[in-house]
This record gives sequence, structure tokens and C-alpha cells, in this order.
Amino acid sequence: MVQPLTYFKESASQTAGPYVHIGCTPNFSGITGVYDKDLGSGSMVNDQTRGERITIRGFIYDGVGTALKDAMIEIWQADADGYYNSPSETRGKADPNFFGWARQPGDMNTGEFAFETIKPGKVPFRDGRPMAPHVNLWVVARGINLGLNTRMYFSDEEEANAVDPILSRIEHRVRVPTLIGKREGDTVTFNIHLQGENETIFFDI
Amino acid sequence: MKNTPPETTPFFARDREWHPPAFTPGYKTSILRSPQRALISLEGTKSEITGPVFGHNILGEFDNDLIVNYAKPGEMALGERILVYGRVLDERGVGIPGALVEFWQANAGGRYRHKKETYLAPLDPNFGGFGRTITDENGGYVFKTIKPGPYPWPNGVNDWRPAHIHFSVFGHGFAQRLITQMYFEGDPMIWICPIVKTIPDENAIKGLIAALDMQNTIPHDMRAYKFDIILRGRRSTFFENRKEGN
Repeated sequence: MVQPLTYFKESASQTAGPYVHIGCTPNFSGITGVYDKDLGSGSMVNDQTRGERITIRGFIYDGVGTALKDAMIEIWQADADGYYNSPSETRGKADPNFFGWARQPGDMNTGEFAFETIKPGKVPFRDGRPMAPHVNLWVVARGINLGLNTRMYFSDEEEANAVDPILSRIEHRVRVPTLIGKREGDTVTFNIHLQGENETIFFDI
Repeated sequence: MKNTPPETTPFFARDREWHPPAFTPGYKTSILRSPQRALISLEGTKSEITGPVFGHNILGEFDNDLIVNYAKPGEMALGERILVYGRVLDERGVGIPGALVEFWQANAGGRYRHKKETYLAPLDPNFGGFGRTITDENGGYVFKTIKPGPYPWPNGVNDWRPAHIHFSVFGHGFAQRLITQMYFEGDPMIWICPIVKTIPDENAIKGLIAALDMQNTIPHDMRAYKFDIILRGRRSTFFENRKEGN
């Protein structure tokens, strides 16, 4: 006999379903008067926020290239200096004018999502090497049984991307571009392909 | 809130044999929305270990009372009045304080308040169908609502969803983020639902069925269902495998 290990199992995931917006972005779905504003909606930036202003835009495509119109995307990112606004951040204090988390539904007619944010700084990997600037994304929708995790890196960070501890160890180099947001001016375009030839790299985090 | 330092350790690996796989043809919508390539494993960095935490200032007075939060003054939603309560725990059994829990559901007739909803059951003018709360220092939460009805949905020609409440839960790390559904003890519809059946393990399904708890009813008012939500645990011991400190 040995001492028993008593752990619970994580609650099993179920799809967010077609009506996730009722619960998470009710004002967007037309149900007003209960919440003042939808949590995580609007610009992530105010006048005092440090960092370079950018807008991340994109679509989520299914296996035949149809854009999802019922998805919800959440992002989580570091501030301009690479600190997360979280109690679990131990390296320093994040910019108090940058929460770092937001969520957006895709546009009801086109499916396009957009986040007004700042470009994050570098965050260290576990061994201390810097990771290239990146935004963490979580995608849920009808038909997705367990939320999908991915990262968006930046096309204007070629040098940092080349030595990023995550990107540099991906065996199938042809897939790496699926993680790179294409920067043009202040806009960074990041399309997510759930399936197919250009399937986005998703992570088991 | 307890005055304990925040935890900063990585999370336990997610058991992907326990969760539903991405490709579940019995649930047709998953067919074209399921990634087919292997996920790339990424041990927890600061990006995954950290996560947003929300303050009680985001909550309105009636956010956890779906019976009244959308109702006209002096009126209430129609249906079986219930209280749903439980704790948000991690896999170690540790209560998670300050966790934002959001919920949404159909009305007593099985109808959602949504533009794309086509079921002929009527809307309840006094029911919006959503709410939220933040767990207390022990991870406890509670809300009032009406029991949602089952409803048909376009998958097979005669598929029905069991009565259920959707839950969106934040822990303390972005890697703990979870959306799931709560079902009701004794409902025969659970075991024939194509969405429930995406979960391969019977015990994992049982973990989503709330128990009728007659000890916690409010007499002459509402019955209680207990639903604990388990998020990923995090390592209790941790040493960085790094060459130098920073």
C-alpha cells in the first residue's frame, strides 16, 4: 500500500454553443439593460497606456473556408514592457492602464473580429530566454468542443521570432507562418484556420 | 479575500482523453470546425500561468438573480424556481477565490433570447437568460434562476438538448479558462444528447450533472442544485529548470 493521491478531474469541456454571446456579450447580442457594457469590449487602451497602438483584425475560417460568424475570441497579452497584469506576475508591476485581457465576438454579418490594443513587450521563457512579442488567443464557438489556444506573433519581429523558444522548435517549418500576424502600419492581420491546408497551429498549454 | 500570496506555479497537464475530442461526427458542426493536426505541447510560461482577475466592482446588484435581472419592476421570470450553488475548485481540491463565473440558458420553455433562435416556444418577457458572479474566499458561488426547458435543435432530425445551463469560468491563469454545461440530476435526455456524447468518459459526464440538494432548498420558495466546477490544478512544488536566475 502507498498513500493515496487524491486529485479531482477537471470538469469536462462542452461547446460554447450558438448562444455564447447571450452569456458573455449580451449587449452585442441585443439584450441591453442588464450589464452596463459587455465585459472585455471596447478599446484596451486609454490615454495613459504605454506602448505602440495597434489593431488586430482577422477572421476564423472553417475547413471549407467559410468564416465563422458565431465565434468568440479572447486575448491575453503582456504590457509594453512584457509584464502581465495578473496577481501571478512576480517579476514586476504591469502598466496599471493596461488590463491585458479582452474579448470580442466576430461581426454578425462578416465574422471579422478586431482588438484595439498595444504591441506587447517580450516575456521570458521558462529558462530565461526572451520569447518574441506575442498575444495569446482563446477561441470558442459552436462546434468547438474544447476552447482552442493559439498565439499570434508579429511579422515585424523577424529577428526575435527566429530565436523564439516556441517558434524555433516547431518541426514543420511550413506551418510557422500560421502563427505570424501580418503587420501593415497600425493594423496586424491574423486569420485563424480551424482546419485544412493552412490549419493554424494550436497549442496544448 | 484571504491574505495569501498568489500562486505562480504551472498547471497540471490537461487530460485530453477526458475532455471531448475536437472531431465528433455525431455533433455535426464539429466536423468542419475541428483541427486535425496534433496540438503542439507548450509547457506553462508566464503567458499561460498568468490570467486576468476581476473585481466585484464589475457586478450589478442582480447579476446573480436571473429571475429578476431582466424582469419588469415587480415581475418575475416564469418557471421552476431554483438556486444553483457550488464551489469552483482546482484539481487539488483547493477552492478558487475571486473566480468570475458567467452563465446563460434557455427559458422554462426551452427558448433562448437570441435573434438566430427559431424554436417556436415563446420568449418570456421577464427572462433574459444570463447572469454572473464572482466566487467568495472559499470558491463558493450561488445564483437564482428558473430551470431551463429542453429543446430541439438541428443536428439529427429529432435531436433534443437536455435541460442545461452554460458556464464560462475564469480561474487565475489563462490556461484554466473553461466553458462547460451543467445538466440536471435525473434527466433522461442527458444520455441521448449528441453534445453530451462528445465526452468519451461516463464519469466525466457525471461530473457535469448537478445534484438535487434538498438540504439547501429555500422552503416554500426554491429547490437547490449543487454544481461544483473543477479547474486545472497547479503544481504545489516547483523549481525552475533554468540555468541562471532572473
